Amino acid sequence: MADWSPGAPASGRPPAVEIEGLARRFGRRWALRGVDFRVEPGEAVALLGRNGSGKTTLLRVVATLLRPTRGRVRVAGRDVVGEAAAVREHVGLMGHVPGLYDDLTAAENLRFAIRMMGRAVEEKGIAEALAAVGLAGEARERVRGFSAGMRRRLVLARLRLQRPDVLLLDEPYASFDAEGVELLNAFVRETVDRGGAAVVATHDLARGVGVLERALVLDAGRVIEEAPVAGRLAASREAVVP
Amino acid sequence: MNGRLRVELGRVAAVAWKDLTAERRTRANANAVLFFSVLVLVLFGFALGPDADALRAAAPGVLWLTVLFSGVLAFNRSYQVELENGAFDVLLLYPGDRRAIFLGKLVANLVFVLVIEALVVPLAAVLYGLPLLAALPGLAAVVLLATFGLVTVGTFYGAMASRVRAREVLLPLLLFPIVIPLLVAAVEATTAVLAGDPMGEAGAWIRLLVVFDLVFFIACVLAFEHVIEE
Repeated sequence: MADWSPGAPASGRPPAVEIEGLARRFGRRWALRGVDFRVEPGEAVALLGRNGSGKTTLLRVVATLLRPTRGRVRVAGRDVVGEAAAVREHVGLMGHVPGLYDDLTAAENLRFAIRMMGRAVEEKGIAEALAAVGLAGEARERVRGFSAGMRRRLVLARLRLQRPDVLLLDEPYASFDAEGVELLNAFVRETVDRGGAAVVATHDLARGVGVLERALVLDAGRVIEEAPVAGRLAASREAVVP
Repeated sequence: MNGRLRVELGRVAAVAWKDLTAERRTRANANAVLFFSVLVLVLFGFALGPDADALRAAAPGVLWLTVLFSGVLAFNRSYQVELENGAFDVLLLYPGDRRAIFLGKLVANLVFVLVIEALVVPLAAVLYGLPLLAALPGLAAVVLLATFGLVTVGTFYGAMASRVRAREVLLPLLLFPIVIPLLVAAVEATTAVLAGDPMGEAGAWIRLLVVFDLVFFIACVLAFEHVIEE
């Protein structure tokens, strides 16, 4: 088994994400119709496509939240169906919604997350994670009063504490201000630099310039185009220039 | 203690702590459930009429129906909190055994329902003229066993119903038929204990409660991971 432990060399590892013939159906509707691609360790990939093209479904399958109807998906060499628990050791997801508890404080939300990760709670680490996302002053405030951007920052703090090998980000730039985007991109860069990988579903490719290298375009549940982000950005009408 | 087991118990404690802390701060669920329970007890009292003997005879059934109806509200709310901000997905994504989520929610629901019962049972004793103090040790055992069984099944079906749109309707439809043996045993054991158990039949009903608790606890723990997958 290849070594995916922190600090292990990236060369010789299996792909961070490997997808072969992935199809997923909801009732009669096929959300994914045969997707193939791989993401190597040290790579950050943008997932583009209009609403309903299958981006979120794809990320949820990779995260083990949905089972594939057909095809095979492996994360860090582990199968998302047969070895789902092992896959969850490697992935970190930032979804459309933050997944936070409104009636707990920011620090309590992080404390809960650390305990659920099976780690010992270190208050210093929590304080550092909150400071890193600009929420040091809000540590003891309940999340109920947080803005959408602050909630996003708290999710980023949770991911920083988790340090996943494979980041799965679904529309991560929504709700972030310019500073938040910088913080997020810095974290993606940090993950990639230590040999991890990132798959970022976005409509806002311009915000990921300098971090995201390759773009995959999904349409009707299939990958229809693959290109370097810089070239894709120049060509894309959908790209939002800040 | 084995390291893996210690980690999983820590996760169980984390889920229970999170649910109880949120509830303690808002009391949104507790206030609603308590008010509903009092209302059911009073309404049954009016429906049964002023005959003291009839009220006393019906009291065990009324008490356990009140706990059952109130429990449904609590079990629905338990997963509603996870669904409101997409927290359930995050919860499912943590590494480790997903059964820790079930056990943590079971502990939180058990504490919650027992607290409600600690207020509802004395009120029922006053309204229906029950000899609560004399029957306390036996009644406490019946309440603990019946509540454990109800909360186990309720927490399990609450998870199953949380994945569908009409969860408020679906949960009672799934839960009520399953708990009929538990309800019968709880009512019969309570009746026997309150009457001083002259026929010595409480023991048999209590044994049925123990069997129900064991069977459904094991089945629910084993099946939980399958019912929460989309």
